[in-house]
Amino acid sequence: MAAMAMTIRNSASRRTMTSGPISGLRSMSSWWKNVEPAPKDPILGVTEAFLADPSPEKVNVGVGAYRDDNGKPVVLECVREAERRIAGTSFMEYLPMGGSVKMVDETLKLAYGNNSEFIKDKRIAAVQSLSGTGACRLFADFQKRFRPGSEIYIPVPTWSNHHNIWRDAQVPQKTYHYYHPETKGLDFSGLMDDVKNAPEGSFFLLHACAHNPTGVDPTEEQWREISQLFKAKNHFAFFDMAYQGFASGDPKRDAKSIRIFLEDGHHIGISQSYAKNMGLYGQRVGCLSVLCEDEKQAVTVKSQLQQLARPMYSNPPLHGAQIVSTILGDPQLKGLWLKEVKTMADRIIGMRTTLRESLEKLGSPLSWEHVTKQIGMFCYSGLTPEQVDRLTSEYHIYMTRNGRISMAGVTTGNVGYLANAIHEVTKSS
Amino acid sequence: MDSSFSSIVPAPQDPILTVYFASRDDLSPVKLNLSGGSYRSEEGKPLVLQAVRRAEQQLANDMSRDKEYLPLDGLAEFNKLSAKLILGDDSSAMKENRVVTIQCLSGTGSLRIGAEFLAKHNQERVIFVSNPTWGNHPNIFSLAGFSVEYYRYYDPKTRGLDFKGMLEDLGAAPSGAIVVLQACAHNPTGVDPTLKQWEQIRQVVRSKSLLPFFDNAYQGFASGDLELDAQAVRMFVNDGGECLIAQSFAKNMGLYGERIGALTIVCTSEDVVRKVKSQLLLVVRPMYLSPPIHGASIVTTILKNSDMYNDWTVELKGMANRIFSMRKQLNEALQARGTPGDWSHIIKQIGMFSFTGLNEKQVRFIAKEYHIYMNYDGRVSIAGLSSKTVSQLADAIHAAVTRMA
Repeated sequence: MAAMAMTIRNSASRRTMTSGPISGLRSMSSWWKNVEPAPKDPILGVTEAFLADPSPEKVNVGVGAYRDDNGKPVVLECVREAERRIAGTSFMEYLPMGGSVKMVDETLKLAYGNNSEFIKDKRIAAVQSLSGTGACRLFADFQKRFRPGSEIYIPVPTWSNHHNIWRDAQVPQKTYHYYHPETKGLDFSGLMDDVKNAPEGSFFLLHACAHNPTGVDPTEEQWREISQLFKAKNHFAFFDMAYQGFASGDPKRDAKSIRIFLEDGHHIGISQSYAKNMGLYGQRVGCLSVLCEDEKQAVTVKSQLQQLARPMYSNPPLHGAQIVSTILGDPQLKGLWLKEVKTMADRIIGMRTTLRESLEKLGSPLSWEHVTKQIGMFCYSGLTPEQVDRLTSEYHIYMTRNGRISMAGVTTGNVGYLANAIHEVTKSS
Repeated sequence: MDSSFSSIVPAPQDPILTVYFASRDDLSPVKLNLSGGSYRSEEGKPLVLQAVRRAEQQLANDMSRDKEYLPLDGLAEFNKLSAKLILGDDSSAMKENRVVTIQCLSGTGSLRIGAEFLAKHNQERVIFVSNPTWGNHPNIFSLAGFSVEYYRYYDPKTRGLDFKGMLEDLGAAPSGAIVVLQACAHNPTGVDPTLKQWEQIRQVVRSKSLLPFFDNAYQGFASGDLELDAQAVRMFVNDGGECLIAQSFAKNMGLYGERIGALTIVCTSEDVVRKVKSQLLLVVRPMYLSPPIHGASIVTTILKNSDMYNDWTVELKGMANRIFSMRKQLNEALQARGTPGDWSHIIKQIGMFSFTGLNEKQVRFIAKEYHIYMNYDGRVSIAGLSSKTVSQLADAIHAAVTRMA
């Protein structure tokens, strides 16, 4: 095939070349001879395999995108309405480097509180970002540039892309205990030990709510203890909040961990995303914020964040930001959004209950308490990779091999089938 | 509690922004901002193309559309259509499956992804850009780990191309170095090589084993003809060699804020394409996971519908023609005033910008006395002029040139 391509190209070049000597030989060999194929992304690989499966019974509980009870993607009503208002009215000019001011202002209110003193005092350096990923990456680049000796502490496990982000930003990584496989809950003492043993002033990545992939969150009391220990150690807390509103259905409740840290006087950083809670996945809209000492420092830090954004994409995309500010800037639309977020969260909570009850009814020898204790889009089922493989090969059920089930992919239509399959592969455990 | 970042100093202000803020704060009713890079209509307003509005409405009314994540490489249909636009419908490279195209965040994003990929896989870590070039080029490449060098390009004496200098500097570049070439409508100078000169450039680049990285931000905007503006790039692709191309729809479709563009890498074989593509995706994922959908949907809607496509090309030609007309009017106005010097470069240069040849002192003088704002290097956005404001600018230039050296 390559040889044939070479022949075609050779004759093509002879045909189209103009007069004059050309180094034919050098341009024949590729600059990219030594490029190796990249390893496949585990999560995307699951969806690919699912799509290729012809079985009519197949179930996809792999990817973390919300589905309604018919297994279909959802565009929120408030988003449709916002789009109707936007179409035909926008000039599509460049946003400033820091993004849509209106969108950022509304977004900060969600994280810091409507009446936050920090917003009033203009102490927050904030820029629109390319969803949560972009916010984490900007922060990682910022950390590398201004705290070049620092490392980032990442929980085990975490969203796999977190490792890629800080690695590409060239910030060395350490891990801290988080998930407890035996209890399928939080390894609180392990976490606290690691926080205590980390050198003073270390940088930690925390999931604000609805931990991905485990669904395991600290309790309010545990958050308070974590915050106190962070204070004693002078650590920096960077919150990845990708699921506000999606976890409990109440955005204020889901921001509790952040509010606790703010009350305790920490100067935190936050990555916020509208991918899930507004269903704006493909629009790539989010926000990075860093709480500073005072207004002057906030202006300074913001200018530096913009400097990092400029050679990445110059300025962030307009459309998603317009949708967000249209919705959050209109009390009626905002009310509609809050209702719709609660509906999504409630559906997931309902499916957790149904899945657990179904497994218990089937007489499973194992405890499935964690299915309802965990929160958010994902359930860390405790299934082994071998059991996951069996689910796929025998039942056409697709999930990542760490046993993570995307509860958003569970419906009243498939929960019985799913429970049955899980029971079959685990009943002899 | 102590801040982790208390020792940080403010970033230096971007010079273009300085000019923008000065113009914004000027209360004069006759103020004119010619420093930005966005097209303006004859009324001095931003322009949303009719084709874009139609596409927008179509998308908004289509209830079957969802907002799911795009794949890492973006919208597949968009990628194919974008590649065809720059490489040609009959591109043999595409027919031979030797082309990988991924959707990126406009031109900037395409350049950055390309730069990160090159930093990982290219032997040489030096990149050559024109002197002068777009201000963000050095930032993008140095952040990716390249050392940035310059090849001679603009000749202040002729206000045209320093062709001899360019060929010499490219000829002296180390083998394996990367060269950024602007496909057409050079930013900031407006000076483009002729096709004959492009052929000579191509020969030097290939014989020295330099890797070309095209910045294609103004296709259709330079001559008004999409095919003509693609000739330089196609010349390189047609010789069978490899290259990278950063494409933007910010200007030619007026989609500035939607951040829509594409990175294309032309390789020697289908097998290489597969490997290169997989490595490109590794760069994308930890940067922003996947690109934004809206701009891609608009572009795709237009490019695949022949009516909309034709309407678009007409509007594009309209924009380019208006710019030609402004150049002509400005040149004539200066001649009419007997302004000293040769101002023919204004009509010889092409695209959105003109490097007037004014120095910083003259630029500041014009801002202060005439409330007209341009970049300190003398670059004006011709796209920001209108028939009503040409005489104002001509007056200002005339005054600056006669009163300030």
